[in-house]
Amino acid sequence: MSGDSDFQPKNPVLKWIERRLPILSFVNSSFVSYLVPRNLNYWWTFGGILTVMLAVQIVTGIVLVMHYTPTSAEAFNSVEHIMRDVNYGWLLRYIHANGASMFFLAVYIHIFRGLYYGSYKEPREILWILGVIIFVLMMAAAFMGYVLPWGQMSFWAATVITNLFTAIPLVGKAITQWLWGGYAVDQPTLQRFFALHYLLPFMIVGVVVLHIWALHHVGQGNPTGIDVKSDRDTIPFTPYATVKDNFALICFLIVFAWFVFYIPNYMGHPDNYIPANPLQTPPHIVPEWYFLPFYAILRAIPNKLMGVVALFGSIGVLAFLPWLDTSKVRSARFRPLYKQFFWVLVVVCIGLGYLGSKPAEGAYVIIARILTAYYFLHFLVILPALGYLETPRPLPTSISEPVLPRKSAAAVGRKG
Amino acid sequence: MVRRARELVVATSKAVGTEPTRRDFLYIATATVGAVGAASATWPLISQMNPDASVLALSSAEVDLTPIAEGQIITIKWRGKPVFISHRTKKEIDDARAVKMDDLKDPQTDEARVKKGKDQWLVLVGICTHLGCVPLGHEGQYNGWFCPCHGSVYDTSGRIRQGPAPTNLEVPPYEFASDTSIKIG
Repeated sequence: MSGDSDFQPKNPVLKWIERRLPILSFVNSSFVSYLVPRNLNYWWTFGGILTVMLAVQIVTGIVLVMHYTPTSAEAFNSVEHIMRDVNYGWLLRYIHANGASMFFLAVYIHIFRGLYYGSYKEPREILWILGVIIFVLMMAAAFMGYVLPWGQMSFWAATVITNLFTAIPLVGKAITQWLWGGYAVDQPTLQRFFALHYLLPFMIVGVVVLHIWALHHVGQGNPTGIDVKSDRDTIPFTPYATVKDNFALICFLIVFAWFVFYIPNYMGHPDNYIPANPLQTPPHIVPEWYFLPFYAILRAIPNKLMGVVALFGSIGVLAFLPWLDTSKVRSARFRPLYKQFFWVLVVVCIGLGYLGSKPAEGAYVIIARILTAYYFLHFLVILPALGYLETPRPLPTSISEPVLPRKSAAAVGRKG
Repeated sequence: MVRRARELVVATSKAVGTEPTRRDFLYIATATVGAVGAASATWPLISQMNPDASVLALSSAEVDLTPIAEGQIITIKWRGKPVFISHRTKKEIDDARAVKMDDLKDPQTDEARVKKGKDQWLVLVGICTHLGCVPLGHEGQYNGWFCPCHGSVYDTSGRIRQGPAPTNLEVPPYEFASDTSIKIG
């Protein structure tokens, strides 16, 4: 899928560099002359948006660290100091905090795009698994970042999530005390979370490089899910995809800016403006919105160990998707039954998110159990079975066929 | 010399699937020493995360019980964790002792959870055994403790009765220093 590699810079300085390190032709073949399917729609722009969001988080994060103090006595105050005293501190912190939410919004769209168009199928299994790894690293980074302001929600989120490890038989308690560096979440926990929160984004960058490498090696999928067959099916990345990605990015940034400037605390929880108190749990603790579906799954299971297993299983199952989906057809466009089950899954995930925000009692628990069961049913039973039961619609012969006039017809047209 | 080396390569390739050569032994021995070395170098990096000496040093707390009225529960801090000290009423003690062992998820008698002759004093680590929230006192169906996070219900002996928590609230190691004070830890 890589474009022509005979790129040669004209400028003598660039020529000198290119002969010693062929970085210019590498960039050119990866991001300029690189060929992409001509039918990519706007759902394909979220990879680029995510790359920008990762950069935004890293840049704002590095400058926030210049003002933040990772001690249990000063962390809360230093965040308030950033908000009140530091020049543009309010802006940088709101960008970083809302940026995390927007990052997850984009990644969920990106994941569901992959589910709808079968982006995980042969030969993109490793590309997909690298994506699942990035998602797990993102969740760890977001969780540890949420602990740093050391408010009530920070403290109790840290307590509940680290306590998940106490569910491990025999060694659970030892592992948890090792994570804490004490007998409860305290100063050592905050300080190590800070260190890891700084490290994880750079690990994400590393896996993103592998993700893009794998993508450029096998080539983009596309909404029809059929392979690129000829030059007529592709267009160069620049200017076509670059312009489309940038337009989508600007639209996305407008939404982002709306949150930052108009409702910066909408996605946060007011209790996190109360300093952490290890002796009192807030009456109703909830995680950030992007963890709610998983939180609902955890609470739906009445057994502690099984609840934790289900929580991790609900993410882990995604890594096995390439082998759970037995259908040879990639895109849901040509899979009439899968398309319906896809939308049921979307509704179930949103439903789980809603239930995760509600107290764990009465009907909420029962519905959460049903939706949790369905979530696993979708991946472990429905997807494998559909490949055998479903009759896919006929696939077009090529990507360009439905949109471009056929060669002979075009020739006739020119003559006439 | 070159010829000797070539013979060795030939001999090694011939040996594949037959007899292990001395060279195979050297490869495996080197790799093993390397792996053991890498693993032992990792240990300090892992161990540094365990509770350090200053955390271990803060491991006991003394509490005067005289100000705690009957029916009152106080919370104190021990090893960074909340500890509940409940001065139980007669009704609370009787309720806890009337329970049949079969009804308990983690069967334990109330007598085993208090000190002999000090039945009114119940000392508990105030951390829900589910995921570590602090339960609220005098709440829930059994008028013991209720965890607001995920709905675990404990009775007046701090035993789990309902909800996702697997075990009873933990009784910390403690002893009566005098009739009216205890030493926890």
